[in-house]
Amino acid sequence: MAPVATTEATVLNLVTSSTRAVNERLTSPEAPKTVTVTGPQGAHALACGLDSDIDVTIDGHVGYYCAGMNQHATVTVNGNAGVGVAENMMSGKVHVKGDASQSAGATAHGGLLVIDGNAAARCGISMKGVDIVVGGNIGHMSAFMGQAGRLVVLGDAGEALGDSLYEARIYVRGTVASLGADCIKKEMREEHLTELRELLDRAGFDADPSEFTRYGSARKLYNFHVDNASAY
Amino acid sequence: MNTPNPALRESATFDRGVISEIQRAAETGIYDIRGWGAKRKLPHFDDLLFLGASMSRYPLEGYREKCDTDVVLGDRNAKFPLHLDIPITIAGMSFGALSGQAKEALGRGASEVGTSTTTGDGGMTPEERGQSKNLVYQYLPSRYGMNPDDLRKADAIEIVLGQGAKPGGGGMLLGQKITERVAGMRTLPMGVDQRSACRHPDWTGPDDLAIKIIELREITNWEKPIYIKVGATRTYYDVKLAVKAGADVVVVDGMQGGTAATQDVFIEHVGIPTLAAIPQAVQALQELGVHRSVQLIVSGGIRSGADVAKAMALGADAVAIGTAALIALGDNSPRYARQYEELGSAAGFYDDFQAGKDPAGITTQDPELSKNLDPVEGGRRLANYLRVLTMEAQTLARACGKSHLRNLEPEDLVALTVEASAMARVPLAGTTWIPGAL
Repeated sequence: MAPVATTEATVLNLVTSSTRAVNERLTSPEAPKTVTVTGPQGAHALACGLDSDIDVTIDGHVGYYCAGMNQHATVTVNGNAGVGVAENMMSGKVHVKGDASQSAGATAHGGLLVIDGNAAARCGISMKGVDIVVGGNIGHMSAFMGQAGRLVVLGDAGEALGDSLYEARIYVRGTVASLGADCIKKEMREEHLTELRELLDRAGFDADPSEFTRYGSARKLYNFHVDNASAY
Repeated sequence: MNTPNPALRESATFDRGVISEIQRAAETGIYDIRGWGAKRKLPHFDDLLFLGASMSRYPLEGYREKCDTDVVLGDRNAKFPLHLDIPITIAGMSFGALSGQAKEALGRGASEVGTSTTTGDGGMTPEERGQSKNLVYQYLPSRYGMNPDDLRKADAIEIVLGQGAKPGGGGMLLGQKITERVAGMRTLPMGVDQRSACRHPDWTGPDDLAIKIIELREITNWEKPIYIKVGATRTYYDVKLAVKAGADVVVVDGMQGGTAATQDVFIEHVGIPTLAAIPQAVQALQELGVHRSVQLIVSGGIRSGADVAKAMALGADAVAIGTAALIALGDNSPRYARQYEELGSAAGFYDDFQAGKDPAGITTQDPELSKNLDPVEGGRRLANYLRVLTMEAQTLARACGKSHLRNLEPEDLVALTVEASAMARVPLAGTTWIPGAL
């Protein structure tokens, strides 16, 4: 294993260490509770597979799959994130202070993903229980085949939002370019306003839930019926 | 086939099967969905023959001189490659498509003979992990039940990009098989048709896949071999890209590969035969200089020791069986002839796996029907079958003078038909001619 440069055992420097060495340190039973990773330089698969309540701050931009399959940990990226940040997260929290590339939070089963900036296409694709809150806009095909969880967007959404949606719920404050197959606008009832307020608070956003619109599945594609064939 | 009147002449284009399908389509408004694999006749291993030793080759004594069968899979990057006693593995089949008893039986049978079994599009069940000495965990586009704990419990990870029965198509598990447990594992409502994605949601090509593989290795501490499974289509290119992406093992599933439920039109009209895929895969591995160091597993219609031996002679390191394993467990057994007839089918023809009414208790989630399969007895039957496959392959290998199954080579084979000769790239029997060879 390459040597890991540390100061006071809490700073890991990716300029002088490999991603493998840093990840090994973060996942070891002796990992410090609070860690700062410097010099990420767009490294891929950084801080993935974490499995404890460790608090990791990454100072800089990260590449693909940062914090992938996270369990329990809190990961903060002081920069932008590449494709698939927090993909398949199970629990914990991932916070991207900048923008995120496509497929943010893909297939994630739990936890909270917060993106202060924009998220590109397919944000929350096939989400399975995660909560995602995006401060800016999201790209096309977001929440495609979303199964469970909540996606909150303070900005605008691109085309085909929620295409082939199952039971995931979507809240958008801005405009929606178009809705995907089987995705419809739904009434904002009191329980939804409460749910949204709680999500915004957890994510650290000050916004009025009443300004949002809820979207969900029309459930017409749950079982094939020939009369709905044109919807596919 | 008898007709009511000998003077009646059946159309070759609109035969009774075609007429029946048109009538069914007109009535229901949906394509035919079924399980099993391609039913049309395809060039297959039966179209190849072994050249047993005579003068120019020296045979080994059957049952006396040793012919080894073990295989190591995934020793390129993984800390813990798989060491299997036989080169015949169990292909991925999901809990959901199969009953819990069937998955347990597969684990029991495979473990008894020292080989691996594979999860499927529904996550890892405790029954399967508990009974499988070597368990390959499939990483599928749907990511149903995917979690890092199960990844770490696995002995290898198989990234599924395609399946022989439906390359380019996603999974299909109809609502009637979605019980509370199946739905819970897949994070979906009970009773809905579960149409799994046909492509992975967070990567869009081989460059992304290379990074995804690194992520999976990081999460599992670089311990597990990474397989990549493709449906046989553009096999030469797919295998090259899989190797470039970092696969330790490439799995090529030919057109005869089975499925739990897919459109009949897909099963019968997409992909290429297993026989045609193997030489393409081997050529790709050889050109990259990794043949045998990146292992090749071939599946899709493997039935006998002859099929095993022929696949290995063409360059595979191991094979995987799916449909044959289910038959060994008791699928389509005459024991359930009456029940099959009540379902409008017959023993040997039953393929309505999607309906969930399998009287053999294998392709069902009905708790009462599932009881018809005793996992211990099923496991014993599968182990017997795997032993027979192994012994048959050894017998053929010894006849070719080989002290290990992996020593079989294309020079041990000839083809019976021009088509098989061209696809398998072995000479037409009695000639030196390989159509298309330079």
